[in-house]
Order: sequence, then C-alpha cells, then structure tokens
Amino acid sequence: MSADRIAVAKTYKIYIGGKFLRSESGRYFTLKDKKNNVIANICRSSRKDFRNSVVAARGAQLSWAGASAYLHGQILYRIAEILEGRREQFVAELVLQGIALRTAEKEVNQSIDRLIYYAGWSDKYQQVFSAVNPVSSSHFNFSVLEPTGVVAIISPDDSNLLGLVSNIAAAIVGGNACIVLASETKPLCAVSFAEVLHASDVPDGVVNILTGFRSELTEFFASHMDVNAIIYCDGGKAAAKTIQVLAADNIKRVIARNRVDWSGDAASPYLIRDTQEVKTTWHPIGT
Amino acid sequence: MATSENKLAFGGGWGYDPAPESTDHIDIKSRYGLFINGDFVKPEKGKYFDTINPATEDKLSRVAEASAVDVDKAVKAARAAYRGPWGRMKPAERSKYIYRIARIMQERAREFSIIESLDGGKPIRESRDIDIPLSAAHFFYYAGWADKLEYAFPGRTAKSLGVAGQIIPWNFPLLMASWKIAPALACGNTVVLKPAETTSLTAMKLAEVIADAGLPPGVVNIVTGAGAAGAAIVDHPGVDKVAFTGSTNIGRMIQKSLAGTNKRYTLELGGKAANIIFADAAIDQAVEGIVNGIFFNQGHVCCAGSRLFVQESVADEVIAKLKDRMETLIVGDPLDKNTDIGAINSTMQLNKIQSYLKIGQAEGGDMHQSSCRVPKKGYWCRPTIFTGVSQSSRVVQEEIFGPVLAIQTFRKYDEALTKANNTPYGLSGGIWTDKGSKIFNMTQKIRAGVVWANTFNKFDPTSPFGGYKESGVGREGGLHGLDAYVKLGAK
Repeated sequence: MSADRIAVAKTYKIYIGGKFLRSESGRYFTLKDKKNNVIANICRSSRKDFRNSVVAARGAQLSWAGASAYLHGQILYRIAEILEGRREQFVAELVLQGIALRTAEKEVNQSIDRLIYYAGWSDKYQQVFSAVNPVSSSHFNFSVLEPTGVVAIISPDDSNLLGLVSNIAAAIVGGNACIVLASETKPLCAVSFAEVLHASDVPDGVVNILTGFRSELTEFFASHMDVNAIIYCDGGKAAAKTIQVLAADNIKRVIARNRVDWSGDAASPYLIRDTQEVKTTWHPIGT
Repeated sequence: MATSENKLAFGGGWGYDPAPESTDHIDIKSRYGLFINGDFVKPEKGKYFDTINPATEDKLSRVAEASAVDVDKAVKAARAAYRGPWGRMKPAERSKYIYRIARIMQERAREFSIIESLDGGKPIRESRDIDIPLSAAHFFYYAGWADKLEYAFPGRTAKSLGVAGQIIPWNFPLLMASWKIAPALACGNTVVLKPAETTSLTAMKLAEVIADAGLPPGVVNIVTGAGAAGAAIVDHPGVDKVAFTGSTNIGRMIQKSLAGTNKRYTLELGGKAANIIFADAAIDQAVEGIVNGIFFNQGHVCCAGSRLFVQESVADEVIAKLKDRMETLIVGDPLDKNTDIGAINSTMQLNKIQSYLKIGQAEGGDMHQSSCRVPKKGYWCRPTIFTGVSQSSRVVQEEIFGPVLAIQTFRKYDEALTKANNTPYGLSGGIWTDKGSKIFNMTQKIRAGVVWANTFNKFDPTSPFGGYKESGVGREGGLHGLDAYVKLGAK
C-alpha cells in the first residue's frame, strides 16, 4: 500500500431498470476476505427490490424482443468487448474473493468467449429450431420460437461469473428480460458485470441484478405472478420443491441447472431454447 | 349487409329431413374392464360406473372404475414392457407397430366416429371428418419418427423417458388419446392412459385396436375412472413423465404435486382466445371463422375463439351477420349428418355453462341466443353471444367451455392487441384482415402458442400445439411434440 494515496473503495450496488441502487430496505451484509478484512458491504435485496425489478423487466421485455436478431447479436458482442477491456478488474475481484489467479484468469476469459458464443447464436438458433409444417389442408403453417418473457434467474454460487454470464446471455439473446440473483458468497463480479452491461447498450431493464440471501429471496423469485420462467442453479432438494410448488401458481416454466459444467455444457443453443416458446401460425392458401 | 331482398327465409321454410347415421354395425359391450398388460381385466374393487349418451341420457355401457391398486398394476405392466420387449425393440420395428394402429383406425373409422358421437355428444360430421381421421393421421405421422429421432435434435442424443402417465379430457376423446400415445410410443416409452370419466368408450375401442395390432402386452395400458385414478397416476413413483390435458386449475395442482420429484411433465391447459376482426377483413369469411371458432364442438374447445374483438366501424355489420348465421345452425341429434351443434357433454358441464349465462347477464351483458328449438331430453345449449361486456366481465376473463361468445369492439390496432393479450391464458388466437403486413405483425405480437390468420380451429399432426403463460407447458404435435417424450444428452 502506498502511503501517499488512499484508494477509492467501490460501493457495490444492485442494478434495477438501468439504475445502480441501494436496497430499498437499507439492509446490507458484509463481505470479508479470508483474513477477515472487510471487502465491501453488499446490498441485501428485499422482496420489494425484486418486485421493482420485475416491473422494470416487464417494461423492457417487449421492445427488446422486438429488436432485430442482428442487434441482439451486436449488443452481446459489445458486452464482450467491454468485459475484455475490464478483464483485470474482474480477475482482481475473483482473486479478492479467494479464487486462485490462474483459475480467475481462465474464468474471465471463458466468460468473454461465452458472450461471443451467444452473440453468434442470435440470428441462428431460430433457423435451427423452427419449422415449416407440411399440414394436409390447404394452409401455410410454420412454427417459430418466441421469448418466454420475464425470466427470474438464481445463478450458481460457485461459478459466480461464468455461470452468471452464461445464464444471462442465453436468456437475453432470445429476447427475454431477466432478474438475476448473484452468487451469495461471491457477489462482486455480478455487480461489476452490471456496470459492463450498462456500458454496452443493453436497454435499461433487460437485465436486473440483485445481491442478497438466496434463502430469503428464492420464494419471491418463484412465486411472482408476472414472472414467466424461473431458472435455478444448484438448489438443494428442499429448495427445488419449494420453487416448483410456488412456480405452479402461474404455470411458470421451471428450469433446473444443477451441477452444470459451466466451462463446457453451458455453451449450447439448448440453453437458449429453455426460455423460448413455440408459436405456430396458420394461414390459408387460396386465390 | 344482408338486405330483406337477398336474405333467405331461414326461419322455418328451409327445414332439413333427418339424416341420422345408422348405429346398426356398432358393437358396444354392456361392460368394459380395464386394459392392463394386453388384457381386459376386472377392476380390483369391482366397481363400475355408467357412461351415458348426453343427447338422450340413455345408458350406453358400464365402465370400470380404476383404483390406485389397478393403476399400480398398469404402471408395473408398463414398466415391464419398457424394460422388456418395447425397450429392446429396434426403433424401425416400433415404428411398424404404430403404423399398424393408424391403419386399423382408418379401417374402423366409421365405427369410431359413431361411438365418439354417441358417447360424447359431438356432431357426427365432426367425428367423421375431424376427430377420427386426425387421430389416425397422428399415429401415422409419429410412427415415422421412431427411427429418425437423431435428426430432430441437432447436436444431441434423444432417449426415451420410461413410463408415461397420461390424462386426457372429454372434448376430443380419441384425438387426445392419439396426441398422447403416438409420440410417447414413437420415442420408445410405454404408456398408462386415463380417459375422461364421461368419454371412455373410444379409448376402450382403441385398446381393442392396440391388442389387434399385436403390440407387446403392457406397452399401452388404459385405465378408466375419475379424478382419483388420475391422481394415482400422477403420484405413482413408477411414472417417469406426466402428460395432462385439461383445466388450468387441475394442471396447477398437478404441477404442485410433481414438485420435488424428478418426473417430467407437459400440460395443455385452458384458454380464452381472442378472435380479432379488422374492418378490412373479408367479412363473410370472418363470420364463418367466428362461428367455427366458438361453436365448433359445442365450444368444448380449449383453443376456442371465445373472445371476439371487432373493429368498431364494422361491428354492427359483423354482429348482424353473425346473428343471421347463428339462426341457421342446427342444434340437435349428434348422429344426424346435418347437425352443427351437438349435445353438451355432461350435465355438470351444462350447469357450468348455464351459470355463466346468468353471470354474464347479471354483470350487465346483453345476451342473445339463436331461436332454434332443442330436444327435450339430453343436454343442450343454444349458440349464445354476449355484447355490452367489458374486459373485467367474468364471461370475458374465464373459460366457459361452451358455445358462448363474448363480443367487444375496438378502434385502433394497439387497443385490439392490448385487449387480446389481457388474459392469463395464451393458448391460441385469431386475426382477420386482408392486409399481409398486419397479419405478420399481429400474429407475432399475440402471446399465444397457436395463431390462426384468416382461419380458425385448424389442426394437423405436423403442427405443434400448446400454450404460453397459464395455458400450459410444452407442445404436442409436429417435430416440437417429440420433446415431451425424450431426454436429451450430449453426443
């Protein structure tokens, strides 16, 4: 530590509707390093924060879905560009949270590459998964994918950057808006990633990131009636059951991502497909 | 608009002579057991219930009431068949069995049609031209997929799930059985299926077909009964996948009861589809579409076009023409080939519909029914429309599942869209306009799984069907319908 300059410590905030906010509840929890030094005070988001996020996501989703596939691809690419430029910061944050330097560098690299991977799918997954259906009657009939809508994501605790990035990228490249709960034990990168998103032309509200306690927030994520799908990563058996029971109130799509190898399995168009609906359109053929 | 000069005198002078389909060649046994492990067996507790003809209230037969013990036997038989011959069979051979089912159904189509109309109340024209041919076509379509699954899921392997527990409704009894069984078998699963309580007969006939086709015992098991039998299937630990078609309330209960298990599920639930008529639509065709949308199958259709939105400038014309057209609809004997609207499926459903007619009027809606006479015996509801209703009316918000249409008007495009999407359901929708760009814009923005443009209520085995939002999870039909019966793995 140089004595002639005091470092400016960062306030880690949550990200709702394109704004960096403190929890409306005023609550926080303290993140410490292995030596018990305080790293930061982290917002302990409340139910109200989550509900505000859903409002923001719902408000943003339709116009985001209406943007062209090309634009989705370019914006995801842009996120990768900005993340690349700030890679040192993310490596440092991972290290600060107890991850070995080599591992941290690898995770940041993979996260950047993952964004490029999904950017590339933006104008291709539709072609892979849609169909023209040869019906017997005199109709033109086709099925395409459309975004499920507002997706709540409880991201993995361990893979705090790559897992987070993979979940977000797969959801938003398909035109969904999302509310993401960051890793509880390693929340720093999620907040910094919100800053990356903010600098990347991602419209406000498309991605909302909360920090806080999984045990407290899970039921709100699962039960909200204006959320269309919930993705939960590495929930235990009891949590999975709670989520599924609450999700049924509005027939949410429930997607479990347990023990995912985030460095490999999570690069797949089938992750995009998880939060897509199949729409079939009919029109008569005649004169 | 029709004028007094060109309007036909539908009021009486143009009656049709009765043209009933003969029931001479139909064989309905006095009693049906459960179809378990390739045999028709007695239910363990010896209980049977009557199945009646809703058009006459006459008893047609007695059907076994499965208990949890019977369901357990069926699941074990399905498991044994899955571990045994069906699981070991080459996909191409499996495929041939499914083709056989399709062919035998085609051969026995007339018999199936008549029984479907007798037991369920739907007009023979519909059973004959839609339900039964589509059922056979569904088996024929999925049969061909059995040995081609690797092409359906690029970059993935597709494996069967095991035993599929399937619960179907009473509105399209044989067709729903086909939608469930055909893809399940094609993907290599075995099946325990429960038909709806009021419409078991064609399912038992299908059991005969399956036995005649020589499928190994236990590959398809059909257990009849009420809600308790359905719950026993959902709760059975030996079931790997639950497929349900029915109301959103029951679907919700099923989703909750499957929580904490590893069972997969697909749900095809309720709907309250918007049918939107723009001023630039071909009005006469649109009126036909409205009629087909809501009065098809007595309105017992989850994707029925039960909310009509008409652009204000043509509303008077559309409603007048609709009323004229309603006068021509023949309500009565389902077996008569001239009948347009048959019998309401059950007294329970009739009561529900009638309660909504009261609710609609109590809410201030203006109710209009066609003036036709309906038979004295049996369960009937004349085609009904409500005008003067609002978005918050219960007849606008809730699924009635009967020949009851709620009509609202709109001025601007965005208003139509907002009103159409203002529902927790998202199964289907319709739009009528001659402008192509408007069609593509609207069909993209309606939040529903099936959208018909300048047509309505069309179905095909190759065409995926299923809902957004509270109308369900998953698709049935087409390539996308395979997904419900496979687990995907890395290549």
